[in-house]
Amino acid sequence: MRPRSAVWLALGWVGFALLPWFAGSGTQPAIAPPSPGPAGSALIDGLTSGRWWLLPLALPLLLALAVTALPGLRARQPVVLLASGAFGLAWVAAQGFAIGLNGWAWTWLGALFGPLPLGQGGFGAGAALTALSFLFLMTNGFAGLGFMKGDRFTAGAIGLVLAAIAAFVFLPVGYVLSGAGDTGTGGFSAAALGARLAAPDIWRLSCLTEAKSCGVVWNSVFLAVLTGIATTLLGLAFALVAVRTGFRAKKLLRVLTVLPIITPPFVISLAVILLFGRNGTVTLAMSDWFGLPVSRWIYGLPGVLLTQTLAFTPISFLVMIGVVQGIGPSLEEAAQTLRASRWVTFRTVTWPLMRPGVANAFLISFIESLADFGNPLILGGNFEVLSTKIYFAVVGAQNDPGRAAALGIILLCLCLGAFWVQRQWLGKKSYATVGGKGDNGIPSQLPRGVKIAAYATALPWAAFTFVLYGLILFGGFTENWGRNNSLTLRHYIAAFDLSWGPGGLIWSGRAWGSLFTTIEVAALSAPLTAAVGLLTAYLLVRQSFKGRGAFEFLTMLSFAIPGTVIGISYILAFNQPPIELTGTVTILIICFVFRNMPVSIRAGVAAMSQIDRSLDECSLTLGAGSVQTIRRVILPLLRPAIVASLVYSFVRAITSISAVIFLVSPKYELATAYIVGRVEQGDFGLAIAYSSALIVLMSVVIALIQFAVGERRIGRRTATPVTLQEKPV
Amino acid sequence: MSIASKPAGVEFRNVSRLYGNTAAVNDVSFTIEAGTLVTLLGPSGCGKTTTLRMIAGLEMASSGTILIGGKDVTRLPATDRNVTMVFQSYALFPHMTVADNVAYGLVVSGVRKRDAAAKAAEGLELVGLGGYGQRLPSELSGGQQQRVAVARALVLEPEVLLFDEPLSNLDAKLRRKMRDDIRELQQKLGLTSVYVTHDQEEALAVSDRIIVMNKSVIAQSGTPDELYRRPKNRFVADFIGGANLIDGELVGRGGGTATVALGRLTLSVPDPGLPAGEVLLAIRPNAIRLRTGETGGDGIPVTVRKATYLGSHMEYGLTSEFGDLFVVDPNVASPVPAGASALATFTGDGIAAVAR
Repeated sequence: MRPRSAVWLALGWVGFALLPWFAGSGTQPAIAPPSPGPAGSALIDGLTSGRWWLLPLALPLLLALAVTALPGLRARQPVVLLASGAFGLAWVAAQGFAIGLNGWAWTWLGALFGPLPLGQGGFGAGAALTALSFLFLMTNGFAGLGFMKGDRFTAGAIGLVLAAIAAFVFLPVGYVLSGAGDTGTGGFSAAALGARLAAPDIWRLSCLTEAKSCGVVWNSVFLAVLTGIATTLLGLAFALVAVRTGFRAKKLLRVLTVLPIITPPFVISLAVILLFGRNGTVTLAMSDWFGLPVSRWIYGLPGVLLTQTLAFTPISFLVMIGVVQGIGPSLEEAAQTLRASRWVTFRTVTWPLMRPGVANAFLISFIESLADFGNPLILGGNFEVLSTKIYFAVVGAQNDPGRAAALGIILLCLCLGAFWVQRQWLGKKSYATVGGKGDNGIPSQLPRGVKIAAYATALPWAAFTFVLYGLILFGGFTENWGRNNSLTLRHYIAAFDLSWGPGGLIWSGRAWGSLFTTIEVAALSAPLTAAVGLLTAYLLVRQSFKGRGAFEFLTMLSFAIPGTVIGISYILAFNQPPIELTGTVTILIICFVFRNMPVSIRAGVAAMSQIDRSLDECSLTLGAGSVQTIRRVILPLLRPAIVASLVYSFVRAITSISAVIFLVSPKYELATAYIVGRVEQGDFGLAIAYSSALIVLMSVVIALIQFAVGERRIGRRTATPVTLQEKPV
Repeated sequence: MSIASKPAGVEFRNVSRLYGNTAAVNDVSFTIEAGTLVTLLGPSGCGKTTTLRMIAGLEMASSGTILIGGKDVTRLPATDRNVTMVFQSYALFPHMTVADNVAYGLVVSGVRKRDAAAKAAEGLELVGLGGYGQRLPSELSGGQQQRVAVARALVLEPEVLLFDEPLSNLDAKLRRKMRDDIRELQQKLGLTSVYVTHDQEEALAVSDRIIVMNKSVIAQSGTPDELYRRPKNRFVADFIGGANLIDGELVGRGGGTATVALGRLTLSVPDPGLPAGEVLLAIRPNAIRLRTGETGGDGIPVTVRKATYLGSHMEYGLTSEFGDLFVVDPNVASPVPAGASALATFTGDGIAAVAR
């Protein structure tokens, strides 16, 4: 234990005594800012500037130093490390939250001790390193006491993942809860919370009785139910066609499933506008041929429903493919040998077995629709849903974070409720019929009626989807869609122009800035996401410890939190000390890591469950430690899952919009946020050109990675379908 | 350079392993002498594998002390113990060649690559797989994979070599050969080995000593001969070799033997050290002989319920006043047909008395 504890202890001292404790470039200047460099460290600042509350941190560091350096005390090392680490961590957090920019952050402390003459800014490098050091001293202490089989690495990893989730998922969500009860003067009151949660424009049912719009909750739920039904039926039809018929172009159907990963969620909306908007092709044709008046009917429930159904049908398709393939053909063959006709077999065996999967697909689409932000933003018109309402409560003229937080709570409860139902109720009801080799057989063909219905639903819809994507790729080359269809490169030049200046190449196009930021953020967050996700998967699959079930639930929970709620919660939580991150590139990276982590966990868990546990145990008995075992045995076997996680996190970081639209700043603009901004300005040409460029770019990236890693490896474990199901919006 | 051995003894002192409130291993103590092969034998769920994994350091004892070579290793994780293990599933790393698999333990403990490769080759030679180094594990047969697993565990020159049901994935014929090979290697190198199995015949065949476990505790430990001839309790008598369990009465003792009354018969058995009174007689199936055409004498009258011809011997199911009896009789030349009445006599050897 000694060498490793000593390293963390030394780093703790570095963080405490040498590195600047506070962040230099916070968004708000602290009163009496600390000096830069070592002089701004907790030790020196505490001694010279009067921030005395930083000094008690020396106590746990000294204690840990004593038990590590003095041989006489070594027997007590684990207990002391545990205690000093826990105390240090608690003190860092407590003083950080209790003392804000202007002295006491909690008013009752001021009443107790009198006012503080000076406050403090957000945590900087020193604070982060010291806190990390305390965390690992604590987990080393735990391991030394014999927990986690005495494995320091496991103890440290669990501590790290838990601390990260607490800081970047639960702390922000906690801020949302308290933000909704904000009284306007910094206090919290249940009355304010109740009033915000019960606001009439959220819950009213006036659309039933008079010609007024209903509460935003009912809008959201109604839309989600409709989308859920539509996508489930379409997904089922696609799955039946793909698995149970002799359909030739199955590969083409598979392409459909890749589209939602590489497409920013609102792009479908743009395509729908190109068809059915006021200048849309179909609208104009109808008006020319039949004299139908040009209207804005697409803006509202019909448009959002149409686009969401288009966007989420592939996800439902993937879920349903798994369900349909999971029904062992031998069961149907058994039914047929018992003299059931094809139709009776389908009705009495196939359909009952599929039912839980169908419900699952419905719930997934339900959650997706609730959480969807881009499509309602662009096509919603007067039809308000929760996610857009949250956005406008923050960025609009209202600027009422309390109201946004209250709406966030409601949206969160709806999503978590559906997520809970999905896990609890369906988790127990699924009929796993995918067994061993015995289940092989030829899937029976569908009865004629079902087959015709499936074809009639799936094929036109697939054609429609491909037409829309074609329009997106083509639309960027027209002067002004609908009004002036002459071909031009104007939009591409505006976005991606290059010119030679005196200083060499100038990236003069308007899109370059956001594109480079996007790629940079995506490239930084992808490996982090994969690392955190796979580490968590390793802990879940390979280590047994108390509270493992709760640990798993917590990590998966962050997936059910809608992007808009994450966005609003990050603004509320990280806009002030102790963790002050808004306006930085760090907050974007952290946001992506914790948004995409659950998918990485899933991929890792799926792949790791296939690796026999005795392999790692064997490696341990052969003298390799946990770290060496992971590096030499587990990682090489996990390569497909790693690649899948990397690709997924990279691509998702480029295409997601809902959370980051709250977090971008003029300095760090992301591609999706930029495109939505263009759409809101009515600049469709550039938006479409930029979107198609993104789609092409990501297709190329995926193709390159597939080529580099080898088709076989990715294909064999089919990691992509697993990841696809979990598409945060 | 050659593969030597550094055998060390293993000692458990009052070791328990709890999962929640249930004990997988409950207050177990034993000593394993250096250089011997000791088998942990018992039905599934008896705690034998947990015991083995505690020696390896893959499970941590909830209480008690574990010593290897006289050193307390109770809190030492698997990585830091000089103990290797041959897994039931072999656990060969599928992404490494056979040679890399065998060299793995050496490489991770910092041995130079060339030395590790040389020693790995030597290890493979030892198990008769010289020249197979560049293959992948998936290209080997089950028995060959088993040998690779043994070689991999051997080259680290462990203080204790553990076997977790190493033969359960092999077919019956190969199993017999592998168990002889393992025993031969163990004796040649003078290794301390702990071997887990649920197959009592396998245990009798390979062990210096056997520790029989049942319901998380040690039922009895001793040499194969002791366990077979002088079982201490009903479980061991039944589990090792199988036995007909009949109520009897201990009526006297002297000179290391005891006299037991069974109905009107008196039989002499090794002295079980029990007080006079009710005991249970464990009668081996091959300690009963059938006689036809006689009545009276020193036997009990029985009816043959079932007679099965098995080539090398006959198996009989009998009905008697003491309950059903199971008999193995090498006499296949003149079998007793089902339904016949006969007299069952007892040979002197193969009967033991245990507590009721």
